[in-house]
Amino acid sequence: MSGVRVLVGTRKGAFILTADGKREKWDVSGPHFGGWELYHLKGSPADPNRIYASQSSSWFGQIIQRSSDGGKTWETVGNKFAYEGAVGNHLWYDGTQRPFEFARVWHLEPSLSDPDTVYAGIQDAALYRTTDGGQTWRELPALRTHPSAGAWQPGAAGMCLHTIVLDPQTPGRIFIAISAAGVFRSDDDGKSWRPINRGLRSEQIPDPTAEVGHCVHRIAMHPSRPNVLFMQKHWDVMRSDDAGESWKDVGEGLPTDFGFPIDVHAHEPNTIYVVPIKSDSEHYVPEGKLRVYRSRTGGHEWEPLTKGLPQSHCYVNVLRDAMAVDRLDPCGVYFGTSGGQVYGSANAGDSWSAIVRDLPPVVSVEAQTLP
Amino acid sequence: MIRVILPAHLRTLARVNGEVKVEVKGKATQRAVLDALETSYPALRGTIRDQVTLERRAFVRFFACEQDLSQDSPDEPLPGPVAAGTEPFMIVGAMAGG
Repeated sequence: MSGVRVLVGTRKGAFILTADGKREKWDVSGPHFGGWELYHLKGSPADPNRIYASQSSSWFGQIIQRSSDGGKTWETVGNKFAYEGAVGNHLWYDGTQRPFEFARVWHLEPSLSDPDTVYAGIQDAALYRTTDGGQTWRELPALRTHPSAGAWQPGAAGMCLHTIVLDPQTPGRIFIAISAAGVFRSDDDGKSWRPINRGLRSEQIPDPTAEVGHCVHRIAMHPSRPNVLFMQKHWDVMRSDDAGESWKDVGEGLPTDFGFPIDVHAHEPNTIYVVPIKSDSEHYVPEGKLRVYRSRTGGHEWEPLTKGLPQSHCYVNVLRDAMAVDRLDPCGVYFGTSGGQVYGSANAGDSWSAIVRDLPPVVSVEAQTLP
Repeated sequence: MIRVILPAHLRTLARVNGEVKVEVKGKATQRAVLDALETSYPALRGTIRDQVTLERRAFVRFFACEQDLSQDSPDEPLPGPVAAGTEPFMIVGAMAGG
């Protein structure tokens, strides 16, 4: 019988939640790497037993862990992320130019076809790739050396490359997103990049429609329709129907269009999920109610999903990488909160239950559908 | 042999219990000890000093013989008792944050 493995990264370790296809009873293992920040864990689409994890600490820096048995055992692999060539500068908070400096790996995106190939998005924003299972990492420097890089600046959490989306139909096409620079697309496997932010409007920057400088929080795609992208921006929920060439706002009807995660239903490319957050200065859900909002129309029309979620005195946040879907039918949806709860729905969001309630603050959630 | 005490997180990472011992050829310095340590335990690369600049990470301290050696040159000789293996070279996570 098929099953699900949910990989949870927290501020103090990783947890692995497993269930059979009914998704009613869950086994919880962890903490793995207790005491360390786990910004992201993700399994290879080509081999679900191969999992990569970004483990970091303010004291001891960056570690990359790799499992070849579905997270039962782990081994450390390469953790040297050196910028290629001249480091260059980006814009700092005080308006000065500041050199790029490695802080941590935010996101690991395994190749769709090769378990040994993985892309890594780091802070300060740059993209890396390994083709030997994580032993060595090489920067794809054309992104960081893009002529616009001097105008990129850190968001509140640092200048991070946090989203990597690989196009399953157009070879060599990669989308990435940086806070606060925006979305970039490569059509040649990272050799060259261009910003694709037309239609975004950000009142927090001097030119609200500038080519770069937008604080994009996450983008998501359904693999059957890779020209359609959905975006949760700092404020605004956006949609592109032309692979990012232009964007339009689809967030009307939400209680607030600020938020971090956005994801797409596994079998319905027009069904998307967001978690509205009160504001950029109040990072918790509005009105004390934890509500996932679902649109079955690819935006514009939204319904709150509340069954099983706390509807009073709730003041948690859900971070950008902390929502995921499985590929079972009905589609499972999962998200983790700053309060340490991981909620799951086995019916596409109609009802929810807490798989675990008292973990450290959750940073990332990924779901693997097991054969 | 030089005795090295690692902080708990790095013992877990290196999969060791208690002190570790490393052999240093030539003069016993911070650099020589860290080179030997990283050769014996590759998982520690980058956790004590930056892999590119080789500078000590900001929240890591080096203590020995009741002295803070963190600001010393990495090429300065370590105290005699450390070089002789009678006192340990302590790598410490600084008191900071949570």
